[in-house]
Amino acid sequence: MPSWRRGAVAAAFLAAILLVVALNRRTDRAGTAAVVPGFHLTDVAAAAGVRFVHHRPTLDPKLAHIAPLIASLGASVSVADVNNDGWPDLYFTNSRFGFPNALYRNRGDGTFEDVAGAAGVADVNRPGEGVSMGAVWGDYDNDGLEDLLIYKWGYLQLFHNLGNLHFEDVTAAAGLRRWMNSNGAVWFDYDRDGLLDLYVTGYFRSDVDFWHLQTTRIMENSFEFAANGGKNRLFHNLGGGRFEDVTDRMGVGSTRWTLAVAAADFNGDGWPDLFLANDYGPEELYVNDHGGRFVLSRVGLESDSKSGMSATLGDVLNRGRLDAFVTNISERGYLFQGNNLRLNFLPELGRFQQGADGVVADAGWAWGAQLGDLDNDGRNELFIVNGFVSGDRDRSYWYAMSKIAGANGNVFEDARNWPPIGTASLSGYERSRVLVSRGLAGWTDVALAAGVSDEYDGRAVALADLFNRGVLDVVVANQNQPALVYRNTVVPGNHWIAFRLVGTRSNRSAIGAEVTVEAGGMRQLRVVDGGMGFASQNDRRLHFGLGRTGRVERVLIRWPSGTLQTIERPAIDQVHVVTEPQYPR
Amino acid sequence: MLKHTRRLWVRLGQLDPRYLVSFLITLVLVLGQARYGILGGYDRLVIALGVCTATELALSRLVRGRFGNVQSAYITGISLALLIKPRADLLWPFALGGFLAIASKYVLQYRGGHLWNPSNFAISLLVLAAPGSVAILSHQWGNDVAVNAVIWGFGLLIVARVGMLHVTLTYVACFLALAVVRHGIVGGPLLGEIAPITGPMYQLFIFFMITDPKTTVSTARGRVVVAAAVAVVEAAIRLAGDHHVAALAPLYPAPPILALAIVGPVAKALDLYLASKPAYSPV
Repeated sequence: MPSWRRGAVAAAFLAAILLVVALNRRTDRAGTAAVVPGFHLTDVAAAAGVRFVHHRPTLDPKLAHIAPLIASLGASVSVADVNNDGWPDLYFTNSRFGFPNALYRNRGDGTFEDVAGAAGVADVNRPGEGVSMGAVWGDYDNDGLEDLLIYKWGYLQLFHNLGNLHFEDVTAAAGLRRWMNSNGAVWFDYDRDGLLDLYVTGYFRSDVDFWHLQTTRIMENSFEFAANGGKNRLFHNLGGGRFEDVTDRMGVGSTRWTLAVAAADFNGDGWPDLFLANDYGPEELYVNDHGGRFVLSRVGLESDSKSGMSATLGDVLNRGRLDAFVTNISERGYLFQGNNLRLNFLPELGRFQQGADGVVADAGWAWGAQLGDLDNDGRNELFIVNGFVSGDRDRSYWYAMSKIAGANGNVFEDARNWPPIGTASLSGYERSRVLVSRGLAGWTDVALAAGVSDEYDGRAVALADLFNRGVLDVVVANQNQPALVYRNTVVPGNHWIAFRLVGTRSNRSAIGAEVTVEAGGMRQLRVVDGGMGFASQNDRRLHFGLGRTGRVERVLIRWPSGTLQTIERPAIDQVHVVTEPQYPR
Repeated sequence: MLKHTRRLWVRLGQLDPRYLVSFLITLVLVLGQARYGILGGYDRLVIALGVCTATELALSRLVRGRFGNVQSAYITGISLALLIKPRADLLWPFALGGFLAIASKYVLQYRGGHLWNPSNFAISLLVLAAPGSVAILSHQWGNDVAVNAVIWGFGLLIVARVGMLHVTLTYVACFLALAVVRHGIVGGPLLGEIAPITGPMYQLFIFFMITDPKTTVSTARGRVVVAAAVAVVEAAIRLAGDHHVAALAPLYPAPPILALAIVGPVAKALDLYLASKPAYSPV
């Protein structure tokens, strides 16, 4: 054969290798274009008096060799105005016996004060009771005061808000004294009777007591298809402060190691559905069949199993439709699961469509996330926290974990067979991501430019206008590390509008209410959440950026009761308190 | 019944081994995809198979003047589609991996023989040169004993029929023995050290990569030695991983595949060199 042919083949071979290297470099640089964000975030936690440090749980010595892995959950933050003074307050959970949770009352002057002790919601992490993993606020008795549900590895706790920053433990009376190893919960009114119901997710099985283990066979039996997790539970609000477990009747007892749940009406039929992010199974959508039953639906989620950790809802493309963002795990060389951006095409196609690529898909070992308009330009930004275990920087557990990752489930279901982690890191010291959408040009990570450079092991993130300035601030709860309170400074010129809803026929908290703002040729949809993201809950007030638009054409409110309300040309740059009409319009 | 079985056994042995191996990898693909969605997207399969086949046809015509048999391209294409797990649904790893796998047979030659198993070469290159874009299969078969039994059963049968059972068994035996040794050195649970071999990545490795007739050495004794050497190098990589040796970190995501990439071509080159000597007559 002529030598030139061999030479041509060799040259093509070499060119292909160089192309591999070049394309890999391009992948590494994707989404890092120099973009100047229209906002800046400054950590003011210390200055604001929020000196909360999370402490991870201590566990049964049988798990000592992998304790940092198991004890990697528990940091959470939830936002609520617990004393109805118009200023959002913050609740942080701790996860070690003897270390209290914190309720930071917003003083309204830029500072906060921890009143959890005096309020009676601090000392909840005690031997025999379990440790906190998160909390969600909801006015379950419609008395106008936000009540508190703490989910734990241990007994659930429900605190009734008595007013004046005092709470009473009513768990037993409510019928909720139940041991669950839970990492998520959501308040929502599934039967539209005006009373908030409660959905609590199970992670580890409920017969596991982490301080008195009867067996070490407690882990998942599959990294992709496990169904041996704790059972999720649905508690129906009977009124009179009592709840009834209706899980089996309603068909929502998933056991797929659910880490996060969000409730919203995805298919537009007026009934709130449940979207589950499962750690060792595919995401699940339970469609609400008119309050009589939930149906696990095939909507394009079932064939794709990763490590879902956050269920975040938002109108990503300004279509007036709620999409879902689910975080997963990516680690160079070992695993590229990719986050999921589930674009809602249920009405048209009966399914979600995957919309994640580039920096949206890869955010490291990603945990909590929220979609919110941080620069008031009318489009959502995406704030993602990440990082799993930050130990020794020069020792990684990834190789050791890879030994069992592809193995038969009977091997790693027993925690004894897991290689010891020692002091190694596992996707530690990861930098949070702050993504801005540039439309067709895709998303860009502006975290560093926006002032976010921490390498904490982030778990929960919540958005709230903490200082009542018409901008969204960001609060982050970090695992075994200090909390962060980012004060947002927005470039002037963009307008905004916000709504605080008060239900009458619907639940008083208006959880589940959808608000659509039409302004400047755009539509924006937001929902009042009873818990969203991972171990987090946002400010109950719905905040919309308007960009340079000086006028809102129309606001449409769909209340959980089904009532539709229209507000024409509301004033901008202010918070509107809207009470549900007594009679449907 | 026995007579029929024996006749079938003989017939199977008369077939081109590539047909049997093609059947086996198709079985793995179908079972894995139907039961566990192991592919992650049919576009990957189409691209990997298409590029492998097209490259084989083009290069064989260009270099040898005739279109070559595409069976090995078929096996390579499916292997790549199963083993490569890219970031954010990238498709170029399948295209470039397919081209590099097949082209390596024509470029990386010594004394008329190619040195690397094509899939092994492509995957090793991608893992080392593009760690920000490519990871390797870390899926599992779940706990479905039936699927595992089918794969292992057919796998062992077919490698036996193509005369490579000694390679598979040698590697497995050495892996297990060295797992015990590693357990003795690093401590930790023994099952954790043995666990990898129960996963699909290893099944693809021991039934397809390490037994490739074109890149294994020419003597049975030599093949046993090479299989053992691969297991030893793999054990060394694993021990380095257990001790967090930073310089070798790029090898940790796929120890057996990279061990074969190191040992295989050296052994093959030596075998080809020895075969060229007049005094050497392989058995």
